Amino acid sequence: MKKKKDSKPEIKEQAPALRSGAQCVIDGLAKAGCDILFGYPGGTVLDIFNCLYDAPFQFILSRHEQGAVHMADGYARATGKPGCCIVTSGPGATNTITGLATANMDGIPLVCITGQVALHLIGTDAFQEADVMGITRSVTKHNFLVRDVNELPEIIAKAFYIATTGKPGPVLIDIPKNIQRATTTLPTIAPESVSMRAYKPDVKVSKSDIEKLAELINKAERPLLYAGGGAINGDASELIRELAHKANIPVCTTMMALGAFPENDPLSLGMVGMHGTAAANYAVDKSDLLISAGARFDDRVTGKIDQFASKAITVHIDIDRSAIGKNVETHFGIHGYLKPVLKAVLPHIKPSKHDAWVKQIKDWKSKFPLGYPQPEGVLMPQTVIKMIDTLSKGKAIIATDVGQNQMWATQYFTYTQPRHWISSGGLGTMGFGLPSAIGAQLARMNELVVCISGDGGIQMNFQELVVAVEHQLPIVVVILNNGYLGMVRQWQELFYTKRYSGVMLSQQGRRPNEGITEEQKYLPDFVKLAEAHGATACRVTTEKEVEEALKEAFKRKHTTVIECIVSPEANVFPMIPPGAHVSSMIGHLKN
Amino acid sequence: MKHIINCLVENQPGVLARIVGLISGRGYNIDTLNVGPTADPTVSKMTIVAPGDAKVIDQITQQLSKQVDVIEVIEMTNKPHLEREIVLVRVETKDNAQRAEVLDVASMFNAQVVDIQKDSISLQLASNQNAVSEFLKAMQPHHIIDLSRSGVIAVGRESL
Ligand SMILES: Cc1ncc(C[n+]2csc(CCOP(=O)(O)OP(=O)(O)O)c2C)c(N)n1
Ligand SMILES: [Mg+2]
Repeated sequence: MKKKKDSKPEIKEQAPALRSGAQCVIDGLAKAGCDILFGYPGGTVLDIFNCLYDAPFQFILSRHEQGAVHMADGYARATGKPGCCIVTSGPGATNTITGLATANMDGIPLVCITGQVALHLIGTDAFQEADVMGITRSVTKHNFLVRDVNELPEIIAKAFYIATTGKPGPVLIDIPKNIQRATTTLPTIAPESVSMRAYKPDVKVSKSDIEKLAELINKAERPLLYAGGGAINGDASELIRELAHKANIPVCTTMMALGAFPENDPLSLGMVGMHGTAAANYAVDKSDLLISAGARFDDRVTGKIDQFASKAITVHIDIDRSAIGKNVETHFGIHGYLKPVLKAVLPHIKPSKHDAWVKQIKDWKSKFPLGYPQPEGVLMPQTVIKMIDTLSKGKAIIATDVGQNQMWATQYFTYTQPRHWISSGGLGTMGFGLPSAIGAQLARMNELVVCISGDGGIQMNFQELVVAVEHQLPIVVVILNNGYLGMVRQWQELFYTKRYSGVMLSQQGRRPNEGITEEQKYLPDFVKLAEAHGATACRVTTEKEVEEALKEAFKRKHTTVIECIVSPEANVFPMIPPGAHVSSMIGHLKN
Repeated sequence: MKHIINCLVENQPGVLARIVGLISGRGYNIDTLNVGPTADPTVSKMTIVAPGDAKVIDQITQQLSKQVDVIEVIEMTNKPHLEREIVLVRVETKDNAQRAEVLDVASMFNAQVVDIQKDSISLQLASNQNAVSEFLKAMQPHHIIDLSRSGVIAVGRESL
């Protein structure tokens, strides 16, 4: 059957007077609810920046286009609203690729506007021309090239509509300079009024599917909820809690879903997967019904795919139909938004105790707690995270970089609320932490935002610290300085006979002929570097110092950088080696 | 097994690149791809022939459906349908004997003669993909100067 033709959205307001394309961009963003636009100017967006001067929303100038996209991304993750950014053509646009790909992998709604050379110059290798449509096609949910100013109001509305519905994602609008200067009488369009024949994100879930799901849950003896990023994106954490409590179903979450279920709840198993808790991974292995709620069976979760949840009936609820059955042959797929599915199934669920199963879970949790060695006189990175948890009473919004620092942040902070965990999952983008923390803080000015980063990753977007300082953001940046690209070093230690190749950042233990003097012990000197960017900064080496530094930083109304000199060879454990079964788990404690 | 997938898309610039990019980016194998207009000028039809098991074909179908410009994806293989591929082949015919042999094969397959030159003959066959392949196999002993296959196109046989 053919889907219906585009019905033109009805025009409620009086058609406004002649407007430039550039003005249409500002008006379209405002109409879509944009309150902060992140970006960086250049030749092909001069007209838009000219209109931006009078825009009804705030503009935040990043110091690199990648930073602008990550900021918009952090804003979106912290609020659930689409993040907005704007950059110029050519190098401005190519600098956004990592940011777009990061958002695309994690299903984060963004609208990214790029300037483009004038239409008649496209294809001529004009100054700062790049085939942005071609380059960004595979890292966006969708992209548009605007060829006529009369299409612009509708395209902007469509971009927001596509970015925020179905499985959310980044949408790019490439706008040639002459289109920005051309004029139209067409009015601004609200994203809610868009309808497209080829894109129908709303799906109806059948009554029989709901009944079947309820029956599976009611019959299961060892049911397990496995919540993924869709639980956060789909705003379903309340309902997950309700379902878990009604039938005593234990819950594990993926990294993307940290906070979707309170980790201090007795039914919580914490995170599942490669660096997840032993209890969560054992539970997956032993459960007889695995209910995936917006998770996508990523290889970092499943390990050896044909042995994953091998004793369970697997149910996969996802708004992305293509995710169902992609990695794992699930027994029962439900294509739909998580919230209405859970809402519909709840009344059919019989209260249940699952005593034996819940007791088994409790035993695993106490038998295999998370833990780490604590040698005398060395600051352990895990201790720093625990301290952040304690001193913020678990209320901080945590934005992380990628690597060991990220994994420790998953393990030693207790996530109890959705949208308090901001981290690059699918793409694993180093350099994401600081700019995303800035986006999150701008969106939630009254909350404590802590950025946890490694000594490697922080250097990838350090320049954005200026943005935090100039907007008086009280972000606390914690650098876990282990002197290594730690996560890579860990893999070299475990799987490449400790041949540490290309992972050393610290200046200690280098050959003398590399000319390191005593003053150059810390390269870069993060404290001086942070101070040069206008932040308050300190270096700490003991637990006591960490505590004092954090306490002060949490009170301070000013950007703070705390460099923690931590154990250089601490590892992230437990670990299920890549592609392995839970039985191959290494490094877990046993009580 | 080979599958025929019909894909109705918005007739807009860049859509073909989007579909081709999707197929190559996700590492799907395809045998043929045909693109053309439909009765509705705003809609184009792509016909993709791809080898693979049910799981692979389901993934291709789902990934295609997910594209914002894709209106509808129909897996034709298991539905009553008509399929055709057209081939144009120009074969060397140096003498009358050779020409007779070529014409023999042509008539066996019901191929049409569309052009005759002093030393070559051009044939056309529109049939299902298997027949086209068999026909070309039978032509193999002769010198094929040039050859073009259209890729498969297909229409359903039942009302929707
Ligand atoms: C942009 C980018 N480049 C490379 C990698 C590969 N990688 C993953 S973790 C890691 C090391 C990170 O080192 P650091 O920031 O010091 O964090 P640590 O693991 O030491 O906590 C690297 C290089 C990546 N994830 N992202
Ligand atoms: Mg490090």
